[in-house]
Amino acid sequence: MSYGSIVKVPFGPQHPALKEPEHFLFEIDGEIIVNVKPRIGYNHRGIEKAFERRTYIQNIYLAERICGICSDAHTTCYTQAIEDLLGLDAPPRARYIRVIVAELERIHSHSLWLGIAVHEIGFDTFFMYLWRDREAVMDILELISGNRVHYAMNTIGGVRRDITPEIIPKIIRSLDFLEKRTKYYMKALRSERTVLKRTVDVGVLKPKDAVELCAVGPTLRASGVKNDVRGDDPYAAYDEIPFNIVTDDGCDVFSRMLVRCGEILESINMIRYALDHMPSGMLRVRMPMAVKPGEAVSRVEAPRGELIHYVKSNGSTRPERYKVRSPTLANIPALCRMFIGQHVADIPIILAGIDPCFACMDRLVFIDVKTNKRKSLDFESFSEMVRKQRNFRLA
Amino acid sequence: MAIIAEAIKWLLKHPVTIKYPFEREAPPKGFRGRPVWDMHRCIGCGLCSRICPSGAIEIIGRGQEAKIKHYVDRCLFCGQCSESCPRNAIKLMNDFEHARYNRDVMIYEYKRET
Repeated sequence: MSYGSIVKVPFGPQHPALKEPEHFLFEIDGEIIVNVKPRIGYNHRGIEKAFERRTYIQNIYLAERICGICSDAHTTCYTQAIEDLLGLDAPPRARYIRVIVAELERIHSHSLWLGIAVHEIGFDTFFMYLWRDREAVMDILELISGNRVHYAMNTIGGVRRDITPEIIPKIIRSLDFLEKRTKYYMKALRSERTVLKRTVDVGVLKPKDAVELCAVGPTLRASGVKNDVRGDDPYAAYDEIPFNIVTDDGCDVFSRMLVRCGEILESINMIRYALDHMPSGMLRVRMPMAVKPGEAVSRVEAPRGELIHYVKSNGSTRPERYKVRSPTLANIPALCRMFIGQHVADIPIILAGIDPCFACMDRLVFIDVKTNKRKSLDFESFSEMVRKQRNFRLA
Repeated sequence: MAIIAEAIKWLLKHPVTIKYPFEREAPPKGFRGRPVWDMHRCIGCGLCSRICPSGAIEIIGRGQEAKIKHYVDRCLFCGQCSESCPRNAIKLMNDFEHARYNRDVMIYEYKRET
């Protein structure tokens, strides 16, 4: 039923769905969304520019701070790009440790997301239990790396810390606990009416649309498309560890939940295999001081999807250009398609369904309003511009 | 309804949350806390200051007379300084409660005692 008139509803930058700000303009007909226009850039932090001001070693820690949840994915991607430029290869043991930390991070990210998703549909009891059990994986990460969030495990040419034999039994014990709990939650999700009513057939993304709009990660896999960088273009030790790519044919928010639950179970098995088959040997190779001029691209399957880093070196101690394509940016066109035809009340859960991280994604361009031309600035001219215009405001 | 059985089971158990200021859990071995300089080992090369990703370390002077200023409010606790130190003079402590009301008291100074 149509009401004849289209109402425009601004959603955000401060909005009820997530803690991170972003603007969406919804055009609604009655209760049904007919169109949506995203406007990204509110949360821009200028990290790519900051890369050009720091040395290659300092940038490891800056790359880590692009995202608080997929911090290990960003450093893996960064170090791989630089190793590619230098022509280095991480030693086998370091590659296994990278896989273990990456998979632990995937477990923590997915259980965090599941908690957020059930919180968005108003099911806070489930949210509390999920986040309580997530502490088990956070504790393992702290035990391995010395920090709960920013692990700082990767370095150019390997990893910084070893996984010692004393902590392996603790990791195995926590993994057993997590496996038991995840299986229980998967069963609970399938039988819980509150969850089914709010997520089944909500935010549908057809497989054809998902491929056309270049969706990535669990969002794409929940539409039944088997696509995973770990399997398609293996990095670290993924080519030596057997695993299944989890997919689901539901195409809705519920199947995104199931895919992420399935990936947690798959990650647990991968960590067990990696701990058993970890080769001995050194942890890192020495990095030469100078980086040759050149370009490199590196891909990593972050918990949210395919992450791409690009680096351009001019032979100095600092990169000339650095570019990050985070998975959320790739999922935005697919997200806009999911909204069409849905109810206004389902906006938060559909938005949360892609596991967005707006702070990682936001970019901006300078557009001269008079001539309608894009321009790019280097750091010096930008800071000079800011100094000139003391009352500088973003339009 | 699956979650109700779980909720009833946990109703009769102790809360999982640790009541933090009253109950404390020691950080695990290998925790990356505040870096501390052993000035008897330090040769004042300034490598820690140059490598620090956030510019939290300042070195005044060189060699044996060098004075190190560590701005804990800028520190990332990444441990790169301790890793880069050629003399292993920097150790990471276990303390993590660094929040203060004033930034001026968040500076730690190290100098070689004669």
